[in-house]
Amino acid sequence: MRVMAQLAMVMNLDKCIGCHTCSVTCKQTWTNREGTEYVWFNNVETRPGQGYPRRYEDQERWRGGWELTRRGRLRLRGGSRLRRLGRLFANPDLPELTDYYEPWTYDYRTLTTAPLGDDSPVARPISAITGAPTSVRSGPNWDDSLGGGPENLAADPVVARLRDELGTAVRFEFEQAFMFYLPRICEHCLNPSCVASCPSGAMYKRVEDGIVLVDQDRCRGWRMCVSGCPYKKVYFNHRTGKAEKCTFCYPRMEVGQPTVCAETCVGRLRYIGVMLYDVDRVTRAASTPDEKDLYPAQLDVFLDPDDPEVAAAAERDGVPHEWVEAARRSPVRDLICTYRLALPLHPEYRTMPMVWYVPPLSPVVDALARTGFDGEDTGNLFGAIESLRIPVEYLAELFTAGDPEPVRASLRRLAAMRSFMRSVNLGEVPDGAAASQVGLTEDQLRAMYRLLALARYEERYVIPTAGVGQAHDLEAVATRCSLDTDGGPGMGGGDSARGGPVELFVWNPHSRPDGLFPGSRPR
Amino acid sequence: MISTVDLMLWLVLPYVTIAVLVGGTVWRFRHDRFGLSTRSSQLHESRVLRVASPLFHFGLLFVVGGHVFGLLVPKSVTRLLGLGQEAYHVLALVMGTVAGLAAVGGLAALIWRRWGTPAVRAATTRNDRLTYLLLVVVLLAGMATTDLTNGVLGEYDYRETVSPWFRGILLLHPDPTLMASVPLTYKVHVLAGMVLFCLWPFSRLIHAFTAPVHYLFRPYVVYRSRGEGLGTREPRRGRYVP
Repeated sequence: MRVMAQLAMVMNLDKCIGCHTCSVTCKQTWTNREGTEYVWFNNVETRPGQGYPRRYEDQERWRGGWELTRRGRLRLRGGSRLRRLGRLFANPDLPELTDYYEPWTYDYRTLTTAPLGDDSPVARPISAITGAPTSVRSGPNWDDSLGGGPENLAADPVVARLRDELGTAVRFEFEQAFMFYLPRICEHCLNPSCVASCPSGAMYKRVEDGIVLVDQDRCRGWRMCVSGCPYKKVYFNHRTGKAEKCTFCYPRMEVGQPTVCAETCVGRLRYIGVMLYDVDRVTRAASTPDEKDLYPAQLDVFLDPDDPEVAAAAERDGVPHEWVEAARRSPVRDLICTYRLALPLHPEYRTMPMVWYVPPLSPVVDALARTGFDGEDTGNLFGAIESLRIPVEYLAELFTAGDPEPVRASLRRLAAMRSFMRSVNLGEVPDGAAASQVGLTEDQLRAMYRLLALARYEERYVIPTAGVGQAHDLEAVATRCSLDTDGGPGMGGGDSARGGPVELFVWNPHSRPDGLFPGSRPR
Repeated sequence: MISTVDLMLWLVLPYVTIAVLVGGTVWRFRHDRFGLSTRSSQLHESRVLRVASPLFHFGLLFVVGGHVFGLLVPKSVTRLLGLGQEAYHVLALVMGTVAGLAAVGGLAALIWRRWGTPAVRAATTRNDRLTYLLLVVVLLAGMATTDLTNGVLGEYDYRETVSPWFRGILLLHPDPTLMASVPLTYKVHVLAGMVLFCLWPFSRLIHAFTAPVHYLFRPYVVYRSRGEGLGTREPRRGRYVP
């Protein structure tokens, strides 16, 4: 056993209202630069829907993630190492910009410079890549809230698989459709296929917190990571020629703050905490023969920090005491292991993702309510979870490689909690049977309710700081902004050759503050 | 007696080239690690690239192999291996033509693509244009040596002149007189080649020196500690824009 710590996230999908605040704040922080116009480290897609980039889940086409060889060994889906080195010059699995979308802006200038006339001037769309007038054909969230209609949504790879393999027809007609929002960031996988794909060895998983990063100084732009990631969460900066990805906001994490997406989430649906896992068991778990067993296999990889043996091993393997403490209080561990509510996204890619999701109960409740029954009643809900195929099978394709049972179990617990808490709030005598039916006690249901509905900031984000033990090392980095990298979103730092930061308070308005013109070359 | 021009071109310039190539590469690796990139444009266009780029790159790799064989391996060695002059000539002519055509054809398609695709064109720098121009000159002159001087117009045994001169440069007992009398196509090819090598470390061509061969020998997943290189990095690196 070799213990490692991983910062993980859980998102409660029932609470996502699809407002995109996470996407926007993330973009403002990390990718509002030239070369990353089309890049969204965090995006929110509507399911059913094609997602971003379009149909990224179709691994027959994009060949991301891992597969098992006939002898049961893990191999990258893109082929052997030699085979992929032979494809360095043209990667056949790389999405084009149009598979994401062509970023654009508008010609706002004409609004003010157009000559006087009878018609109002119009700001035409302009490509952010070429600067030429363009027509907008798709965007980062093109099928928002089932936009685009049945033809567009039928191209969702999950819908297609349900239709082809299970004969289940997902309906998109008004009043028969279902939908929910799926916010996505990098999964910071335990068995990351992007890292394994990188020919230069520029991508790595951080030992201390499991965050997967790209070393910008080592990346050579071979773009194998972009196709290697099945979630398509590594992006190619077409200006710098380097790969970039979600950093789990590590500069914030190191000082104990949650990621920007979590911090700004309006629905407060994100949870961040530490998971301890046994790194020696990862490869074997990822090689589990049956895809449907991958979810339980990943659960087996996680370690219980309350187990004295694990705590001793963690100390032996250099996991700081503070981190083990945080793992004991981890809301993520509660949702994943204790309540078994959260499920991994597409475990069948065999990357062992570490951003998990509490599946949404609302499509089931809505379907039930449409039939005229009480959508909050335990008996009705349990019956609906058993009998309704469509939302459950769809969710199973997303979260458990098609096995509906873990999804049903999770939804049953959510249903039990709802009806239990309704009785409490209405002053009725709560039905204890519901709790025992889902294998939980009433106290656990209350605790679960507290975590899902009321949890405050410190309860949702239990993040150990980079550690007192490393304070000395950290002093060295704290002298500069972590974001101040070449081509990065930092503020340029105290670069005296370029004028340095401008003290506006004492700035003489008749002088030219060089620091305000970062485009100028250093002298 | 050798003229000053010949002395400059075939004695001084080669060493200047080596100095610039080595020094420039070291400088770039030390001060502009961030700038080392293929700067791939596949994101913008992949249909033409899919054919043209492997054609160009693999063609060029074969061309390099041919140069190593023709320049570094002395005539006596090939004769010892049982490869006569006539057989060598045919081999060089056929292989050189095929590899050269692949590289030239690939480069032509890549330049056409770069010119014709607005997004790729917008991503092209002045440095890139100069690089492509030099590549075209070097490749065409190279094709001329293989197929004109040494093919259509008869046979020219460069392994008596160019190859010994090249080895002399590397072994530090240079003999510029060997190059003074070679046909013009060879002179143009060698000269343009030296200019290209001078540009090499300062252009996108440097990505060739970062070929990721070690990928074959490392474990799949790379773990790195946050502590590695903490605070050791220079606060400001070179901001070289090719």
